[in-house]
Amino acid sequence: MIQAKNLAKRFGNQLVFQNVNFTINDGDFLSLIGPNGSGKTTLVKIIMGLEKKSGGELLVDYKQVIGYVPQFRNIDIDYPLNIEQFVRLNLKFTLSRKKRRQDNELIKTILEKTGLSKLKDRPLGLASGGEKQKAYLAQALLNEPKVLILDESTASLDVEVKMQLMDLVKELNEKENLTVIFITHDYDLTKKYTHRALFFKDQTLKEVDVSDVSEDMFDMGG
Amino acid sequence: MFAYEFMREAFIASTFIAITAGLVGVFVVSRNMSFLSHTLSEIGFAGASFGILIGISPLAGMILFTLISSIAVGSLSTESSRREASISAISSLFIGLGILFLSLSSESSSYATNILFGSIVGISSKEVNQLMILALFVIFVFIIFYKPLSFDSFDHIGARAAGLKTRLLSIAFLVTLALSVSIGAQIVGSLLVFVLLTLPGATAKYLVHSVPKLIMVSVGLSLAGVWLGLYLAFVTNWPVTFFISAFEVIAYFLGLSYKNWKLNH
Ligand SMILES: Nc1ncnc2c1ncn2[C@@H]1O[C@H](COP(=O)(O)OP(=O)(O)OP(=O)(O)O)[C@@H](O)[C@H]1O
Ligand SMILES: [Mg+2]
Repeated sequence: MIQAKNLAKRFGNQLVFQNVNFTINDGDFLSLIGPNGSGKTTLVKIIMGLEKKSGGELLVDYKQVIGYVPQFRNIDIDYPLNIEQFVRLNLKFTLSRKKRRQDNELIKTILEKTGLSKLKDRPLGLASGGEKQKAYLAQALLNEPKVLILDESTASLDVEVKMQLMDLVKELNEKENLTVIFITHDYDLTKKYTHRALFFKDQTLKEVDVSDVSEDMFDMGG
Repeated sequence: MFAYEFMREAFIASTFIAITAGLVGVFVVSRNMSFLSHTLSEIGFAGASFGILIGISPLAGMILFTLISSIAVGSLSTESSRREASISAISSLFIGLGILFLSLSSESSSYATNILFGSIVGISSKEVNQLMILALFVIFVFIIFYKPLSFDSFDHIGARAAGLKTRLLSIAFLVTLALSVSIGAQIVGSLLVFVLLTLPGATAKYLVHSVPKLIMVSVGLSLAGVWLGLYLAFVTNWPVTFFISAFEVIAYFLGLSYKNWKLNH
């Protein structure tokens, strides 16, 4: 469970949001929507402990594993690791033979699930946008998180790849009760996959019914 | 060449130095710190001169200066530590200081040449022991931090997202970098130590695609350069540093061409 009470965030004088209240329950599949610059990334960074809140309260159980796929990443064409190596970065160091065998199994499973088995030797720097997103997702899912935060992970992907990724996330949500926080500008995906929607408007966050989500909520006018 | 005691000593010391440089170099490159390692070697020059001035060894002076500055850098945020203009301003200051310390000290100018250009041949066995201990310490730190340091170096954002203590890792890394600069300067000199600390790692990046392989190739290239350099210097009487930098630069461009060739095939 993740709970916010009167959460506020400022950068210097600039208010990003205030009076933010919500409760995210285990197994929720939730979309976080709002126009550019409304504070979506900032909010999840605060949840991840990567950014400080300016006021209010936030309750997060940090003992649970939280998988986070950030919006931006510095992977250039010269990036030296291949896809499997990149995913492996998220493994803990171990000397135990048994643990290493289990880790190899984990890697194999996650590469299969994300459809990367055939691409595992491809240098990540040369992978396509969709392949990169799959690798990021695979890395975040490696440690079997209880909560998964996706920050626009499906932007710039073609419809088919989008659906593949979302179907995988949906399956984990249904079978393993994975909590999903999905930041998106995609109207169709919000309608199709998410059960709850939190919507940034007028520097605060409101819950709306997914059936009431409208296309203009993703734009500046929202 | 191993018939000579001084060559044996030189060989042992440079082997340890090359291993640490190759190892650290992989992470210098992946953390985009080539520029910083260059600056640290200039700071190291000032430190060595300072050591001579106050009568401690140049190595101790170098370690003192590079450690303090690397920890100072580590406590700044990563963005500001990489601002290149301010870094090069700082390094000019330290070169100036180094020259000042040397001129204030009574030692002959051959000391300056040794610090700037290296002087591995003629190293004493006590110094060899010191270098070995420092090198082993660096390797030990890497073994301990291997996994989280790889994560942070190759995917900083992901590592932060996974809750790693990236600030601590950064400082641990900078300490090993400072030590590597200081010991590496004993063989190639502070002017060119960044050759050993950046080129093998950068070349490896063009050739292989996993962290262990990057380390192996980088250490291999660093060792090959140092061994070959010592041998050729022994045969020709030309400076070791020349052969090492020539070897690493050629390897770098071969690696780059290989990568471009592979991209087009
Ligand atoms: N480190 C920072 N320092 C100062 N201002 C910041 C910082 N990070 C974000 N901001 C500001 O906070 C506001 C919210 O940014 P945020 O990245 O959370 O928006 P977002 O909703 O994720 O937008 P997008 O849909 O474009 O990703 C913006 O006005 C941004 O300029
Ligand atoms: Mg954002």
